[in-house]
Amino acid sequence: MFDKILIANRGEIAVRVIRTCKRMNVKTVAVYSEADAEAPHVKLADEAYLIGGSRVNDSYLNIDKIIEIAKQTGAEAVHPGYGLLSENSAFARRCEEAGIVFIGPSPDVIARMGSKIESRKAMEEVGVPVVPGITHPLADEEEAAQVASKMGYPVMLKASAGGGGIGMQIVRSEEELRKAFAGNQKRATDFFGDGAMYIEKYIENPRHIEIQILADKAGNTVYLWERECSIQRRHQKVVEEAPSPFLDETTRIAMGEAAVRAAKSLGYSNAGTIEFLVDTDRNFYFLEMNTRLQVEHPVTEEITGLDLVEWQLQIAAGQLLTFGQSDVKRQGHAIEVRIYAEDPKTFFPSPGTITKFSVPEGKGIRHELAVNERSVVTPFYDPMIAKLIVTGDTREEAIDRLQSALADYHVEGIKTNIPMLQQVAAHPAFRSGDTTTDFVTVHLQRK
Amino acid sequence: MNQVLASMAGNVWKVLVQAGDQIEAGQEVVILESMKMEIPIEAETAGTVKAVKVQEGDFVNEGDLLVEFE
Repeated sequence: MFDKILIANRGEIAVRVIRTCKRMNVKTVAVYSEADAEAPHVKLADEAYLIGGSRVNDSYLNIDKIIEIAKQTGAEAVHPGYGLLSENSAFARRCEEAGIVFIGPSPDVIARMGSKIESRKAMEEVGVPVVPGITHPLADEEEAAQVASKMGYPVMLKASAGGGGIGMQIVRSEEELRKAFAGNQKRATDFFGDGAMYIEKYIENPRHIEIQILADKAGNTVYLWERECSIQRRHQKVVEEAPSPFLDETTRIAMGEAAVRAAKSLGYSNAGTIEFLVDTDRNFYFLEMNTRLQVEHPVTEEITGLDLVEWQLQIAAGQLLTFGQSDVKRQGHAIEVRIYAEDPKTFFPSPGTITKFSVPEGKGIRHELAVNERSVVTPFYDPMIAKLIVTGDTREEAIDRLQSALADYHVEGIKTNIPMLQQVAAHPAFRSGDTTTDFVTVHLQRK
Repeated sequence: MNQVLASMAGNVWKVLVQAGDQIEAGQEVVILESMKMEIPIEAETAGTVKAVKVQEGDFVNEGDLLVEFE
């Protein structure tokens, strides 16, 4: 095992990594920006170094400076956390070149999974389903009709040059498609100067369900079940839970096996996640792979009893998995909610000084915190300030616990999304497991 | 006198108008940036810009005056 590692990150994830390192007797080196001089991760680490100004480009994304400090302090490995440099293949390569272990997969795998086209190809090669679509522009209405009938309706007619929802139309029958095609092609030419049209299968009321995997350097790979992360705002997850209230055992295992197949074919090692869209008939389609630890990893830790950070370190140090698929437990139910410094209605950021911060304690409650009373939440970083994770023997028990924990969670001085989380937790649709990706828009009437 | 106020705390990323400009209701006058989000601030009514009270790079708090117009 490593004697000392550097944590190239900030906030709750840096604190989280330090906690496991302390338990494993691994010394920690923190790096920080000017704005983070008083941050919890700086105080908790064995050593801490100022690396630059408050903006991430001057500090947490400064590869040269981070490598220099790793070398100077004798850190044998770098844990990148999530976000920032965690999926930066150039950083992983620079670590390698400097003789420092990057706690993550190889730079090549990071690069491959970072590309939409490459990752889609890689998944198709090993029979992992991707959202059906075509990769060349449609010649005419006839071809559009042929492709669509093969794919099955509804389909999404897309202008190649469009974006952000512009130039896209859902069509539900051949009649609709024939009506829509010429007009959309003309509009695309007029608006975007490019009439290239594509068709993609339209997934209705989808859920976002992802599979956590662990893989060692010898290729032993296991899946640690799923997390359902459908409840999102501004395409960022807000509530995550395990197990998914929607999956049946057959789909769950099929998704797990597909994820393992994908990871093995890539020569993947480290913790990783394969994200899928799941339709109402429980068909699943590959979205993307996250080649790092994720924000929502605690829900998997709670239901499996595994410490994922510990396993990341073990795997990076060359340790092989000491358990197989049949040893991976699944017990109880876990829900994580992300506490954001933001207006609960508009979702606008709300930086400022926290004047009161008290969190509930008790059975089945876990916190991952990046702030305390008197912390200054600056406009420089992500708005997430804390995570609340609750567990119960059943989903009902976990939701009850979530509701009472949120009622006892007090943050003053800045606005937080706690009122919005309370609305979600109290909503009958959430209670009944009706958690599709449009939950916030449909049930809370917000975008 | 009409005013455009900041709807969140953050840095002034872009100022899109100057004194003397005619603006319409709903027109973006300033873009704020905070926590990796860009928030365009719009004028609620039409008018002529009298004074721009902030510069690009300034830090503003929620409720701070950004633009005065009449």
